[in-house]
Amino acid sequence: MQVSVGQPISRRHMLERGLWFATALMARQRIGKAQGAKARSVIQIWMWGGPAHLDTFDPKPEAGRDYCGPLDQPIETNVSGIRISQLLPMLARQADKYAIIRSMTHGINAHESASYAVQTGRLPGGRDVYPCAGAVVTLFRGYDAGYRGLIPPYIVLTEPQGRFSEAGFLGLKYKPFATGGDPAQSRFVVEGIVAEGISDERQQARRELLDELNTLARTLRPGETQLAAYMTAGEEAYELILGDARKVFDLSQEPEDVRERYGRNTFGQSCLVARRLVERGVVYVTINYRGWDTHRQHFQAMQRMLPQLDRGFATLLEDLAARGLLDTTIVWWGGEFGRTPRIQWEPPWNGGRGHWGHVFCHVVAGGGLKGGVVVGASDPRGEEVKERPVYPADLLATIYTQLGIDLNARLPHPRGEDVRVIPDNDKQVPRAGLLQEIL
Amino acid sequence: MTSGTAADDPVRTIFELPHEPEPLSTLDEILFAHWKRLNIAPAYLCSDAVFLRRAYVDLTGTLPEPDQVRNFLQDSHPGKRVALIDALLDRDEFASYWGMKWADLLRIKAEFPINLWPQAARVYHDWVVASLRANKPYDQFARELLTASGSNFKNPPANFYRAVQNRQPETLAKAVALTFMGVRVEHWPRERLQGMAAFFSRVSYKTTREWKEEIVYDDPHKPGAPQEGVLPDGTRVRFTSDRDPRLVFADWLIQPRNPWFARNIANRIWAWLMGRGIVHEPDDIREDNPPLNEGLLSLLERELIQGGWNLKRLYRLVATSATYQLSPIPRAPQPEALDAFAAYRLRRLEAEVLADAICQITGTTEQYVSPIPEPFTLTPPTMRSIALFDGSITSAFLELFGRPPRDTGYESERNNQISAAQRLYLLNSSHIQRKLQSSPRLRALVPHCRSPEQVATQLYPLILSRFPHRQEMEAIARHARRVPNLRELVIDVAWALINTAEFLYRH
Repeated sequence: MQVSVGQPISRRHMLERGLWFATALMARQRIGKAQGAKARSVIQIWMWGGPAHLDTFDPKPEAGRDYCGPLDQPIETNVSGIRISQLLPMLARQADKYAIIRSMTHGINAHESASYAVQTGRLPGGRDVYPCAGAVVTLFRGYDAGYRGLIPPYIVLTEPQGRFSEAGFLGLKYKPFATGGDPAQSRFVVEGIVAEGISDERQQARRELLDELNTLARTLRPGETQLAAYMTAGEEAYELILGDARKVFDLSQEPEDVRERYGRNTFGQSCLVARRLVERGVVYVTINYRGWDTHRQHFQAMQRMLPQLDRGFATLLEDLAARGLLDTTIVWWGGEFGRTPRIQWEPPWNGGRGHWGHVFCHVVAGGGLKGGVVVGASDPRGEEVKERPVYPADLLATIYTQLGIDLNARLPHPRGEDVRVIPDNDKQVPRAGLLQEIL
Repeated sequence: MTSGTAADDPVRTIFELPHEPEPLSTLDEILFAHWKRLNIAPAYLCSDAVFLRRAYVDLTGTLPEPDQVRNFLQDSHPGKRVALIDALLDRDEFASYWGMKWADLLRIKAEFPINLWPQAARVYHDWVVASLRANKPYDQFARELLTASGSNFKNPPANFYRAVQNRQPETLAKAVALTFMGVRVEHWPRERLQGMAAFFSRVSYKTTREWKEEIVYDDPHKPGAPQEGVLPDGTRVRFTSDRDPRLVFADWLIQPRNPWFARNIANRIWAWLMGRGIVHEPDDIREDNPPLNEGLLSLLERELIQGGWNLKRLYRLVATSATYQLSPIPRAPQPEALDAFAAYRLRRLEAEVLADAICQITGTTEQYVSPIPEPFTLTPPTMRSIALFDGSITSAFLELFGRPPRDTGYESERNNQISAAQRLYLLNSSHIQRKLQSSPRLRALVPHCRSPEQVATQLYPLILSRFPHRQEMEAIARHARRVPNLRELVIDVAWALINTAEFLYRH
C-alpha cells in the first residue's frame, strides 16, 4: 500500500477505499509533520463570563456616558490609529504584536451556548457535542502527532471551565489536564504532581509498598494482562510525581523580577507558567480567567481587574517575543461574548453590563499572524457588526491554519460519521471566511 | 499458552478455587459447548471473596461492609452465593445503581445540550428508580415511556420526548431505536428511518403559566405531519386522529415476537454484568454484526419473555450461572477467551462507583454542585454519587473518571479507560490525600491496630473485601519500619490499597 504521507486525499478517494482505510490514513497523515505550520503552540486566555468589548479593545468614547461610563478616555497605542481602553496602558505599548477583531459575532447571549459556539465554531443543538479548539489542536499536534513530553500536551490553568465537556466526542484522551492549585502561592501545588507535606522519600516508600500489595496485577501474567494500560499509566504518573517533568511548574526557578513583571496574582503567574509550558513544547494552554461576568458594579470591577489583565497579558507578549517564542506561539484572548453596550445604571445593577453576543472583540497575536491590525468594526455604539462579520469558526480556522491543521481533515467520530475540522457549507457552522487580513 | 493452576501458586487462592468449573444451567451448557468447540479452557471458579465483591459491585455499585465480608466468608452454607444474589437484588442500591445506568441511556440532564430543567430531571430520574425498585415489567416500563403525554413536572415519563438535542421526528425515532431496539439508524436506509419517524411526527410541546413547565401531547392536526408510517419491519400503518401513533408503535414494539425489543434488553443486561455484549457493542444490533452465540442470546430472550418481562429474574439468571462465577485469571489466550466469556472481564469501576467506594471506606462524603442555572443545585452530603439525578451535576473527579455527559444515550459515552491523569489523581491528589488524612473511619480503626498485622486485618476487609494473605502482611510489616507510627501506617496502607488494580477494577 503506497501512501505518501502528508498528501491531501480527496473525499472521493476516501469513499472508494472505505472508512477504515481512510481513518488509518488520516492517523498516519497526522503523524507526519504538519505542512505549512507557522505556529506550534497556543496560549488561550479565556475571559470567563464575557469581558466588555467597550471597556477593553473596542472603546466608544463618542457614544456618551450611557455607553462608556467613566472609561471615556481611550489611549493611543504604539500603532497609529488604534486606540484601546485607558486601563490597558502596557498592552497599548504592545499593539504592534496583536490583531484586534472587533466584529466577532454569533448572536447568543447565554453562557453555555455562547462558550460552546466560540470554542467549537459550531452552533449548539446538533446531535453531538463537538470538541473545543484545545482538544482539536491536541488531536492534531499532541501525542498522535509525535508529541513526546510527559507533561500533558493540553493544560488548563487552573480550573476546567465546566461549561461543556471540552473534549466532546473525542473523549477523555483529549481532555485538558487541569492543574488546580494557585501559581501565585509560594508553592504551586499542581494537582496530582506536587503533594503538600509528602517528601520524595515517602513517595518512594509508598510506591514500593503499592508494588508489593498489588497482588492481582502481579498474579495476572505480564503480556496477557488486561492491566497493561493500568501499569503504563502508573509509570507515567510516577514520572510526573518523582521525575524532572514537574519542575516546569516550579516558579521559584524564575528570577524574582520576572515574577514581579507578570504581576503577583493568579492571572499574572498563570501567564508565566504558560510561557514556561510552551517553552517546553506543550501544545495548548488555556488560562481560565474568571470574574468577567460583571452584571453589577461593572466599573468597580474593571478598575480592579483590568490592570491585572494589562500587566499579565502585556508581559506575556513581551517575554514570548524576547525569547523568540512569539513566532511559534499563538496567544488568543477573548470570552464567550461581549457585554451590553448600554450601561444598566438602575438598581440592582448599579452600573452593570449584561450579556452581548451580537458583536464583541477578540485579540490574537503571534504564531505568524500579523499584528498592529484591526479586523472588522462594530457600529458607533458597539451594538451590532458594522463591517466584516467574523464568526467563531473563522477565527478557529485561522488559528488551525497557522498550526498546519487541514480544515478538511476528518475528526475521529465515535460512530464513524464523516465530520471535518471546519466544514464548508454547514449551517451549524456559520462562516464568513479565513481572516486573510492577518495571515 | 495456559497459566499455572491455583494449586501451584498459593497467592492465586485469593482469587480462585482450584477446581474446574461445571455447568450449572442451560446458559452454562451453551457456553461450555461453545468453549469446547473453540478449544478454550474456561477459567477456574472465583473465590468466595472475589464473588462477594463482584456481586456487590456489579448488582448494587456498592462495596460490602467488613462485617458482611466476614459473615459471608465464614458462612459454610453451600447455597450462599445464590442467597447473596437474591438479597442484593432486593437492596435499594440495586435501584439506585441501575437508575444511574438508565439515566445515562435516557440522557437525564437538566442543562445543555439536553435542557430538561432541574425539576424535570429530578422527577424523571426518581420515576426511573421507582420503576426499577418495584421491578416494573419491562414491557410496561418501555410502553409508559413511549406513550407518555402531559407535564414534564407531573408526569415524569413525558420527559422521554424532551430528552433529545432537537425535537425533530427523526431525532425522536433515532432515540427510540437506540434505546429500545439497540439499533443505530445510521445503518438504515433513509426511507426506513422516515417511515418510523412518522410515528413521532405528531408529538407536540407547549408551555404553561408555570415557569419551565412543558406539556408533551399528541396533536392529530399538526401541520405537515404524515398520514401514515412504516414500522421498522416494513408494515405500513395508516394513522387516525383518534389514536396516537405512538401507541401503535409501542404496541408493535413490545410484542414478544418483535425481533428487537427483547433482544436489545437481554443483550444489554448480559453486557452490563459481563462487560461485553453477546452482540458487541450492545447498542449496535444489526444483521452484519452477529451475536457471539445465537443460542445464548435466544435463551436469554426466551427466559425474559416467559418470565413476564421480569428484569430481576434475568439478572439472577446471569449472576447465578457458573459462567458469571469464573475467576478473572484466564486459562486460554486473550482476547479470544475474554471475548467468549471464558474468564471474568476486568473493568475499571465507573466514576460514580469509585467515588462512592472511596467515600465509604474513608467515611467521608462528597457534595456536588450544578454550576447552572442559578440558584445552584447543591446535593445533600449524604447523597451517593450513583444516585445523582442530573447529568449536569458533576465534579472534576467524575469528569476525570469518564462519567458520561448524557448527551447522546450511546453506551460508549461512558469511558472506563484508565489514564495517567486518573492514576495521578488517585496516587497524589490533594483531594484523595485529604480524604485519607481526615478520614473518621480510618482514625477510628487506629486504636484497634496495635501491630502491622492488625493494620492488615482491619484494612483488607474494609478496602478489598477479603482477608490479607501472609505475603501481604509481611510487606506491610516491612513498610512499618519506614513510617513514624501506626497511624501513618494505616494511612499508607489504605492509600496503597485504593491504588491497587484489585480495588480499581471489578474483578
